[in-house]
Amino acid sequence: MSRDWLPLALVPVIALAALPLVGSAPTWLTLTVAGLAMGMMIFMMASGLTLVFGLMDVLNFAHGVFISVGAYGAATVLTRMRPQMEAEGLASDLSAMIPAVLAAIALAAFLGWFFERVLIRPVYGDHLRQILITMGGLIVFEQLIHVVWGPDIIPLPRPGTITGSFIVGEAAIERYRVLAVIVGLVVFAGMWLLLSRTRIGLLVRAGVENLEMVESLGYRIKRLFVGVFVAGSGLAGLGGAMWAMYQEQVNAQMGAQVLVMIFIVVIIGGLGSVGGCFIGALLVGLLANYTGYLAPKVALGSTILLMVLVLLWRPRGLFPIGKA
Amino acid sequence: MLLRLVSGDLPRSRVLAGVLVAILVGLAAAPFLFPGTRSLEVAAKVAVFVLLVASYDLLLGYTGIVSFAHTMFFGIGGYGVGLAMAKLGASWGALALGVVAALALSLAVALAIGLLSLRVRAIFFAMITLAVASFFQILASQLSALTGGEDGLSFRLPELLRERLVAYYLVLGVALACFLALLRVVNSPFGRVLLSIRENEFRSEAIGYRIVTYRTAANCLAALGATVAGILYAIWLRYTGPDATLSFNIMVDILLMVVIGGMGTMYGSVLGATIFVLAQNYLRDLMKVASGALEGLPLLPALLHPDRWLLWLGVLFILCVYYFPTGIVGRLRR
Repeated sequence: MSRDWLPLALVPVIALAALPLVGSAPTWLTLTVAGLAMGMMIFMMASGLTLVFGLMDVLNFAHGVFISVGAYGAATVLTRMRPQMEAEGLASDLSAMIPAVLAAIALAAFLGWFFERVLIRPVYGDHLRQILITMGGLIVFEQLIHVVWGPDIIPLPRPGTITGSFIVGEAAIERYRVLAVIVGLVVFAGMWLLLSRTRIGLLVRAGVENLEMVESLGYRIKRLFVGVFVAGSGLAGLGGAMWAMYQEQVNAQMGAQVLVMIFIVVIIGGLGSVGGCFIGALLVGLLANYTGYLAPKVALGSTILLMVLVLLWRPRGLFPIGKA
Repeated sequence: MLLRLVSGDLPRSRVLAGVLVAILVGLAAAPFLFPGTRSLEVAAKVAVFVLLVASYDLLLGYTGIVSFAHTMFFGIGGYGVGLAMAKLGASWGALALGVVAALALSLAVALAIGLLSLRVRAIFFAMITLAVASFFQILASQLSALTGGEDGLSFRLPELLRERLVAYYLVLGVALACFLALLRVVNSPFGRVLLSIRENEFRSEAIGYRIVTYRTAANCLAALGATVAGILYAIWLRYTGPDATLSFNIMVDILLMVVIGGMGTMYGSVLGATIFVLAQNYLRDLMKVASGALEGLPLLPALLHPDRWLLWLGVLFILCVYYFPTGIVGRLRR
């Protein structure tokens, strides 16, 4: 997608720059893995948002709802699966986790379909009303989550196989974080292959560059819209489920809480760019963990500072996309 | 005289004029008409939010900019008074210092945000302001030595303002004056340029208006309005804190009030704020009754649970955006 490698170097540069500041190598390793895991989860949650924006020029402020709904979906399945969760062994854990994650994706994707169909379709091309409508969707669906699942925070136990940590040298690395990194890489690789190697990916990329041209070549762009929106929502649901298991609890505001971070990532990466979103998510995840260790009070402030610096360097994000 | 006072912008609808007069009389005579502390709290909140929402409407309705930093300016006003009162003591000098400092800080921040990010597209500005506002919220809750953190600041006011009636009429008077000033702004030639930018940015630029300058000016004016509202709210509550002024929920409330009342009409903010604050305080009681009456049915009691009042306002909000883009006021003026 891009032959511009400079922003890619930012990730190792930040990681290496943090090493002398943190001081001890084991702590640094722990923090780096934690940062990468957090980055991967943010990427899953943010990638749908940036694709939807790139293709359809819609900025969905209700994206956080898909995250929350995914988390609740996973929580509902996992609490039903208590026997499997409590049984020892990988197989039984997986038999609880996989349906939970699938439920999260399905629920969020269905909600995404509904959202596109009912709320967003009438206001394509009108930014002001889009922002307002999606804000309204955020309010209503957050309240509906309360109606369906109740107002209380739901605790979410993790299966035994992925709790605890293992020791590398002197560094303790949580198993769940490794899992998050693996899942994130798989999602990224899958998306990359889909976008760069398939016909659908070709159409999506072409649509991001010039929508009218794709339409005039005879492709039904509306179907593509729905597909991308549903896929993006599903990914947000997956990210929400992973995030909830990471936090070990679910509440209705969690989507809105991570939304600011997701926006920062999407802006840093360049609106519409999946690669930029990936790099941005890793940067934000790493930085949040390093500053969380070095100066906890300014942790979220640091990511906003990063955004400002990136925008001063490249006003349209790390990997700007065709449309201005 | 009256025409000059409202800057020639009459309600243009008998019903609307009646409702506005009723609200004004209700607010002016609230301490005598509706005795009790709760109703006075509601009346003061309406007055403050009318100003807050009207200043936001200058941005959203008249200039077509979506900002999520309006609560930040509200908070700057609140914390300006709060810090001055809590740290420098309950004197008039300290109050004046707090007010001036808050206004100056708001102006500087609004100018910086405007010049840096109003050149770009609407969506970008919305996201930048969201990030800046959340940064400010974190700052307020983390610098707990100065701001009292999550607990906020409670403080004492100068002697005279401790009298509830004096404080109430100060809040109401200043809010009314600022509202009329905003009405003057939107009906001035400057306001017409803002409208033209909302309608067609490119064309306004082509005619020869520097849209960045106008948008930044609108952003600064709106920020000052919100700061004054924050100052008044802090004076009324004798308290300031993240949940009272800075939280994202208040931003959502402001959006609801602007859209339900009517974007691009200053009178809409009066209606929106009044309806919203009344709903916030009294709709719950009504829903409690309804929810109790439907006991035993599936799902319905949960939908009508008193804590779900925001759900129904959210639905109303969405319907307004689709079907009544100019809200209640636009409907009444038809």
